[in-house]
Amino acid sequence: MSIIRHQSGWVILATIVAAFILLIVPIPETLEYARPEFALLAVIYWCLAIPERVGIFSAWMVGLLQDALQGTMIGLHALTFTLIVYIVVKFYHRIRVSPIWSQCLTILFLLGLHQLLFRWIYGFTGRSVGDLYYWSASLSGAILWPFLFASLRFLRRQFSVS
Amino acid sequence: MDHKRNAFDFLRSSLSLGVYPIQQIVNIPSAASDYLSENLVSRGTLVDRIQELQRENTLSKARLLKLEALEHENIRLRALLDSSFEVGERVSIAEIIRVDMDPYKHHVLINKGSWDNVFRLQPILDANGVLGQVVHTSPKTSQVILISDPDHAIPVQLNRSGFRSIALGTGTTGRLELPYIPNNTDIKIGDLLITSGLGGRFPSGYPVATVTEIITNPGKPFATVSAEPTAKLDQIKEILLVWRGGPEKNSPQFNYDYQNSSNQTDNGKQSGGK
Repeated sequence: MSIIRHQSGWVILATIVAAFILLIVPIPETLEYARPEFALLAVIYWCLAIPERVGIFSAWMVGLLQDALQGTMIGLHALTFTLIVYIVVKFYHRIRVSPIWSQCLTILFLLGLHQLLFRWIYGFTGRSVGDLYYWSASLSGAILWPFLFASLRFLRRQFSVS
Repeated sequence: MDHKRNAFDFLRSSLSLGVYPIQQIVNIPSAASDYLSENLVSRGTLVDRIQELQRENTLSKARLLKLEALEHENIRLRALLDSSFEVGERVSIAEIIRVDMDPYKHHVLINKGSWDNVFRLQPILDANGVLGQVVHTSPKTSQVILISDPDHAIPVQLNRSGFRSIALGTGTTGRLELPYIPNNTDIKIGDLLITSGLGGRFPSGYPVATVTEIITNPGKPFATVSAEPTAKLDQIKEILLVWRGGPEKNSPQFNYDYQNSSNQTDNGKQSGGK
């Protein structure tokens, strides 16, 4: 049992690393604003699938690493990720059984909330973050969710992560 | 706390070391394409390039000779005036790691960090002008803010008239703004802005931008002046780190570059002789 657990932990870590790579891979500047929060989506998935293993603390760690990765204020992503994952942990029963289009709407809401908090704290520190285009990241994340969900579920079943 | 006082710099630098492998992985494709484009070029292209570099090198060397004479004269005159002036600056070359940072800032990552003696607020140049300054260092990488970032301001001076001002970043790569230029200032389109050295962060006398647009508003005290950075902020690959008053104080500026290019000429001459 312990070996399987160990192996599965490795799978979760690998998906997070892959999400980080997708976050910093250079893409054209026009698309840069619409880049979804891959790391947050991965954490939300694992939190829905195995909430007893991935939860608020993991979200905080991932957020902290993303801050270091992107050079944002230390603790900014950590804070928003923690809050979003708290909601997921609270309602994972409901989100898990809902159909995929409904899940997409939930994800849109969660990502929007993340961006709202992000923008709010950015505003506190005396910066503004663009225009309406800013919110396209939430939309692209919600549109990508079915594919991410399917591929991560495939990985989870393939490596029997539980 | 973090954005003003850098209270968590230690945490940030250790976390950055943790994500360093990820950044390296992302950088592999562009590094590989650089390597390939350097190694898979035809002989004709190489010969052309060598010739071009030789021409450039001859011109630069000629100018450098004059510069050295001027530098010594300058030091002598300043000694007469009893004013101190640091001329020797130590430079080192670093490369940009091609990863995307926070899309709302103009920051880039370079491949040298505190283990290479890079320090916070260190000025960064490229061959054409000032690029920006270091904002965070970690052991292997550092984060650089470009002069085009809306949070960045650099003290500048008009090269022609000596008028001092501040150039603010606008968030657009090719544009800086000079908000405090009175309407009656002697300024023309095409004027070169150089660092004034005020504020103590940037060494004085390096080109920053050229003036591209002047709109005088008769109703307002200040004119709207835009300038274009001389450094190519969106296509940089290699950058220069500057240490002021380095160990070799009396050596000519850009000592490293000078030696490097003289070697290249020798090689070129040899191959040309054969």
